[in-house]
Amino acid sequence: MTNDKSQMTNYMENQKPIVHRKDLHWWEMFYIPQIIGGMKITLTQVFRPKFTRQYPEEKWNPPPSFRGRPVLVEQNGVERCVACGLCSRVCPSLAIDVQASETELSKERYPVKFEINMLRCIFCGFCEEVCPEEAIVMSKEFELTFTHQADGIFGKDKLLIPVEKLKDRLEFLRKMR
Amino acid sequence: MVKITIDGKQYEVENNLTIIQAAKQNGIHIPHFCWHPHLSVSGNCRVCLVEVEKMPKLVIACSTQVAEGMVVNTNSERVVQARNAVLEFILINHPLDCPICDEAGECKLQDYAYKYSVGQSRFDFEKVRKPKRVELGPNVMLDTERCIMCSRCIRFCDEVAKKPQLTFTQRGDHVELTTFPGEQLDNPYSMNVIELCPVGALTSRDFRFKARVWDMSSTDTVCVGCARGCNMKMWVRNNEVLRLTPRNNPAVNDYWMCDYGRLNTFKHVNAANRIKAPMVRKDGRLVEVGWDEAIAKVGFELKNFKKNEIAALGSAYSTNEDNYLLTKLMNHLGVKRIDFVPHIRKGEQDDLLIREDKTPNSVGAREVGVRPESAEFGFASILNEIKAGNIKALYVIDDDIAADPVIADALLKLDFLVVHASNENETIKFADVVLASSTYAEKYGTFTNFQGRVQRNKPAISTLEHDRILDGMALSRLDKFGAPNDRWTTGLKRDTRASWRILNSIAAVMGAKWKYNSCEDVFNEIASTISSFKGLSFLKIGTGGAMLNKNKETVTVKS
Repeated sequence: MTNDKSQMTNYMENQKPIVHRKDLHWWEMFYIPQIIGGMKITLTQVFRPKFTRQYPEEKWNPPPSFRGRPVLVEQNGVERCVACGLCSRVCPSLAIDVQASETELSKERYPVKFEINMLRCIFCGFCEEVCPEEAIVMSKEFELTFTHQADGIFGKDKLLIPVEKLKDRLEFLRKMR
Repeated sequence: MVKITIDGKQYEVENNLTIIQAAKQNGIHIPHFCWHPHLSVSGNCRVCLVEVEKMPKLVIACSTQVAEGMVVNTNSERVVQARNAVLEFILINHPLDCPICDEAGECKLQDYAYKYSVGQSRFDFEKVRKPKRVELGPNVMLDTERCIMCSRCIRFCDEVAKKPQLTFTQRGDHVELTTFPGEQLDNPYSMNVIELCPVGALTSRDFRFKARVWDMSSTDTVCVGCARGCNMKMWVRNNEVLRLTPRNNPAVNDYWMCDYGRLNTFKHVNAANRIKAPMVRKDGRLVEVGWDEAIAKVGFELKNFKKNEIAALGSAYSTNEDNYLLTKLMNHLGVKRIDFVPHIRKGEQDDLLIREDKTPNSVGAREVGVRPESAEFGFASILNEIKAGNIKALYVIDDDIAADPVIADALLKLDFLVVHASNENETIKFADVVLASSTYAEKYGTFTNFQGRVQRNKPAISTLEHDRILDGMALSRLDKFGAPNDRWTTGLKRDTRASWRILNSIAAVMGAKWKYNSCEDVFNEIASTISSFKGLSFLKIGTGGAMLNKNKETVTVKS
């Protein structure tokens, strides 16, 4: 401890003032050459190609690695989901609620209720990673606005997306596996 | 007694034990599927292989008896390798069904595969396909593919339920579990095979796909289906009871529980006909009112009757504490007529668990004072006096007495009827005041079973009375971490109160000097005033229960 203390005092004694202002030359105090230099940079940018996008008129198509809102994959008119509840279990923000029920299909069970609270979702993609059926994937959709808390809870009506529209992401997932 | 060495440590054990029993007694877990402490030894799963020095081959711990100087190794390289191999064989034809399997999370095979297996299969042929979704009986569903042929269920039916209904057919990897021709798995204890099944082959049809086990909280409590009082766990998600499973208590129910208790003692807790708030009859209709108004009304009305115009009916469905406070309130009012209505179904009893007394607490109710001093104050006379018009006010707790039409007729004669009820029933149709009482799943308390064993009951469902965390109730993951604005983590909380607490409030408005802050306070008073309860406390009762004092002769319930 004593050693620490002596080191601390040493350190404080050796401290210089934090802001050390450079003494300006009288020529630099005119600022005119600096302004001219700045204008030059601006002018050259005007004639270069644009980086910005006219959002929202101009939409962005994210790459397949993008993690937008999680959606349920719909295949042959039904969800792939078997309501195992692993996404709900792994979700760090407790955003997912699943209620299973029985179906006549060979998968035996399906989610009679599947809700994601998009106000809670943090777009981590754990649900997609843990899913044994590749039934929940991250989409390219990122524009989410609500005017009421209850609107933030997405049920199966909003979550189900046909498999054709999710080809990019599914292919990406297979590649990364 | 013999001295044996397990994993380098010496133990002294009884000489008629097998290695697995000796290990279990000393806290060493040897993995097993087919062995069960209360069933005969079958020795077919081979996963309990251990190495015994001087024996050339590995032996199965479940059927090898201990001997003096035996040196057992449960974790040597040979054992680990053999266990691996056994699990690999079992997993060859076991489907990867975990996502759709109700057993997932409490599956022995899942646990062992994580703990003892290599985690990879070298077998890349098609798995053997067998029928799924086989309705084995009214309460049990079979998935033949998942079965690992341990035969526990078969042995249970043969040895414990004494109804041989299950058997294996075929050989090799074609073995299938089925019922005997023309039979169904419909014995009164059939659902115990669900817990016995180490995998998800046998599952509950009632609980099927209702919830994942890790989403529920479990509370150690007691069944109220009959006077046995089987120890059980109550599984709750989102403040709703979803299933009941037995809890081992060698003095009461071992590992078992009957199907009736398992299926019929919790549905009323979730039912839509629950009484949500106290009600008072105004202009012939029951109207929901606040607690203060209802309690004041009872106090005000009861004062208008002479003490011999009032009678009270306790309940064998209610806890000792509820009945004790009813007795105490009636003593305060000077009312002598107090009894309860027994619910005994003659002959509906067996040698294993089921009792013909269908209430959990008739011994307790009598012990704490819900008994007439003499026959002239008993239930039969109460009924006659009501019919004769001599009894004008009746106080009934937690029992649907009017389900019996004879009693219902008599209730019409009353001037004032107070009923504690949890669900809408026949009796509240006659009531002037209905006090919304908590069910056994929502309150602390004790029941006394037919043996005279006092057992504790704990709330698994929270009402407005409770705070799950502050009251130390069992918590599920969502109870712990869910936020109050999440609609799927809060569940419905009803405005009901435990009967003892309602009686406490009524006593206060009737001018009694006593007040109890918790159920434990009431029990402590019972323990200090009633000789048969002397020396008992919530702590002493614990999760296993404690017997009433033996110096008093056991009380038998008259039918």
